[in-house]
Amino acid sequence: MAVGPLRLWAVSPAASGTKFVVVLLRGGYDAASVLVPYNSAFYYEARPTIAIPRPGSGGADAALALDSYWGLHPALKDSVYQLYQQRQAFFVPYAGSQDVSRSHFHAQDVVELGQGYGGKLDYGSGFLNRLVEVLGGTSGHGGVSFTDNLPLVFKGGVTVANLALKGNGKNPFNERQTGLLEKMYQGTNLSHDVHEGLETRRQVSDELEREMVDSARGAVNAKGFEQEARRMAHLMRDNPTYSVGFVDVGGWDTHIHQGAAKGALSDRIRSLGEGLAGFAQEMGKSWNETVVVVVSEFGRTFRENGDRGTDHGHGSVIWVLGGGISGGRTGGEQIGVSAATLFQNRDFTVLNEYRSLMGYVFTRLYGLNSSDVGRVFPGAPSGKYSFL
Amino acid sequence: MLWASDPAPRYAGNSSVSSLCHFSLVALMMLCSTAISAELSGDDLRAINRLTFGANDASVDAYLRAGRAGLWAQQMRYVGDEALPPQARDMVRAMTITGTPVRALVGAYEEEAKRLKDLPEGEGRKARHKELNERYKFILEEAQRRRIIRALYSGNQLQEQLTWFWFNHFNVFQGKEKVKLLVADYDESAIRPHVFGRFRDLLLATLMHPAMLVYLDNAQNAVGHINENYARELLELHTLGVDGGYSQQDVQELARILTGVGVNLDSRQIKLPPRLRGYYVAQGLFVFNPQRHDFGEKTFLHHRIQGRGFDEVAEVIDILCSQPATARFISTKLAVYFMGDDPPANVIQRMQNAFLASSGDIGHTLQAMFDSSEFWRDDYLGKKFKDPVQYVFSAVRLAYDGRMITNYKPVQNWLHALGEPLYGHQTPDGYGMRQKDWASAAQMTKRFEVARHISNAGPKLFGPADADENESPQPSTAGDMQPAIAQSRTFMRMQPLLSEQTSQALAQAKDNREWNALFLSTPEFMYR
Repeated sequence: MAVGPLRLWAVSPAASGTKFVVVLLRGGYDAASVLVPYNSAFYYEARPTIAIPRPGSGGADAALALDSYWGLHPALKDSVYQLYQQRQAFFVPYAGSQDVSRSHFHAQDVVELGQGYGGKLDYGSGFLNRLVEVLGGTSGHGGVSFTDNLPLVFKGGVTVANLALKGNGKNPFNERQTGLLEKMYQGTNLSHDVHEGLETRRQVSDELEREMVDSARGAVNAKGFEQEARRMAHLMRDNPTYSVGFVDVGGWDTHIHQGAAKGALSDRIRSLGEGLAGFAQEMGKSWNETVVVVVSEFGRTFRENGDRGTDHGHGSVIWVLGGGISGGRTGGEQIGVSAATLFQNRDFTVLNEYRSLMGYVFTRLYGLNSSDVGRVFPGAPSGKYSFL
Repeated sequence: MLWASDPAPRYAGNSSVSSLCHFSLVALMMLCSTAISAELSGDDLRAINRLTFGANDASVDAYLRAGRAGLWAQQMRYVGDEALPPQARDMVRAMTITGTPVRALVGAYEEEAKRLKDLPEGEGRKARHKELNERYKFILEEAQRRRIIRALYSGNQLQEQLTWFWFNHFNVFQGKEKVKLLVADYDESAIRPHVFGRFRDLLLATLMHPAMLVYLDNAQNAVGHINENYARELLELHTLGVDGGYSQQDVQELARILTGVGVNLDSRQIKLPPRLRGYYVAQGLFVFNPQRHDFGEKTFLHHRIQGRGFDEVAEVIDILCSQPATARFISTKLAVYFMGDDPPANVIQRMQNAFLASSGDIGHTLQAMFDSSEFWRDDYLGKKFKDPVQYVFSAVRLAYDGRMITNYKPVQNWLHALGEPLYGHQTPDGYGMRQKDWASAAQMTKRFEVARHISNAGPKLFGPADADENESPQPSTAGDMQPAIAQSRTFMRMQPLLSEQTSQALAQAKDNREWNALFLSTPEFMYR
């Protein structure tokens, strides 16, 4: 990336090779442990046992300095930090949804529906389904959800594939059985779903075999989210219609003993980072035309609670990753972290609404105009960003 | 094994399904009038699939005995657990949730929770709290088991299908706060007794049940502290439907009417000034607290509602139940569940008329659907994509017919894997009921996997009650517990309905184990 970010999409908007992926961290991840405001004395006051040490202060436990104010969790050193140094990662603090329910259940719905705040939620369609619908006519863009069931974000008028990639990936059906199953469904209105589902199983298990061959040659066998993310990348890379993707990652609701540089949350962050870096690597050349956005339904309380954990909060940090973005920076509107700037004296405030950020991505990535973006995110504010 | 080398002979005329059906319509008329015949047509079989959670030999026999109309008539009334076989009834009776009033169960929980509050804040208390909640999970687990037992074994299958339908219509989610303590009683006392009765009684029973009031936050709704959540869903999801002609103003006014409608889970004394005591209503864990109620005048759907306490609620319930929009909304939803994703407008109209003419009698509304010739037509019979609940129940009913399972955990796991756990839908709209809500690539492959698990699950299903599902079958012991679907009378009747390509695929199964899994994976078995 010595020559700076690629601008493929600015030249040919809605190029059919572009990929957009949303990673939803369900449970409300503790953003202040990932993007550490290490220059804020208040951060260390508010978190006596769970703060990440200042860069340069604690060896391997110290935050990795991103700029003069923010540092990154050390568990991301070999993954997302590497992307950041290649200008392929961009962090937006004070970001997220304006919902103030602090209920996982409600806040996730609000994020996935993308219809704004205060009004009645219409469960008829989620924003990624509307995005595919808006893109649909022109370029063969299609959605794919890497989840057991179709999530709210992809519900709606357009048919979207959902493929479950978790688990050992072993194909439960041998070739003969696959043949019998496909044959029974020939000519029925389920034949497409059946074929797609069985085909995915086959691809994933082929990949598994390759992984095993690789590991025999000494490569590390990916586990958990990294394994899933690498499979996602293969499928998205090789399948032109899988251009808008979604995956969710759970386990972020750290009310007790979340740990600091090490511990339960650190393990989650490490696993997430390895998955995202693995995804980037597996995408190969397509990575240059890919944008990944990592969001959560809300942030957590800025001060640690009585159980060395954090409770449901408000503002969060959004991550943007991609081979062609102008990253290696933090961005969006920012203010200093202090007791005075907290929302309701407890949480990060939201200055960068997540729909404004994604709307910007759609404008740059697909060349959507404001009325198209308005169909995806009705009534959303626009924001000033410059990472694409 | 018969089918390994010599698959059962295929029905000679199975390529001309339509002529077969014409024949059977005539046959069915005769069947209904002469009541008993040993022969069942394909449409009869499809009719059984409509009236039950899936045909098996027991339901085929019942149908042969009573005829279509006779069986329908038998099923159209609430009989509680009378229609359960004795062994199943004993299992239900032995449950704690059956023998203990909800008030006692919740009271005991609240008592323990209160004691924990006196402990110093910190880890110990949190652990104790967690342990307490773990211990009370049995309420939810028993409720789920009870639901499955009834669905699989009740002789009144319509009653059990309707219980599922109405619960889903008035959905509550076990994961919200204390709903998991209340859900068993909600199912048992608010939903089930009313499934054939007056819609108004059903609606009122859900309105007065703490599970609903906690789930949709009306327990928090008080004068000066309005929470509109329940008021809105009551109109949008329970009665009028989203296009039912109400305004935001109506929602706000209904929320005011519903102020004070709440719960009293720890049975504490509510002190009231003398002038309000006459307005106080308490029933079990339900309470109407006049101190929290807005006694001002309201306007709701163009009616002036005089502020007078809980009687206002009864009045608006009556208004809602007499609205054509409600009649239409309910009729459409029933028709979608029982007929197909896109039910004919004239059937809905007849159902709507029946609903209105009978003051919202659910039985009358269903009867109008049953009396429609369209209900029995080929465009609808056998064309409804099974949701996971219908799929799993129908598979287990057929595969393990005639012998009651003792371990229900695997069944719950299958429902979970397919995305439709009991009492597990988060949002108040309930599970979707149309093909588009369920048919997807991942769903289909998951079903094929579940089909295989079901075929191999004998040793688990008939094993100890708490054993989890084991991924790998145990061939050495599984032999005698393998389903014998191909030898069932039900399958003999189903066989002619299978497509040529399905029959050919089944014929290539290499053994009984594979045949069973394959049969439960056929396109024909995905529909009812």
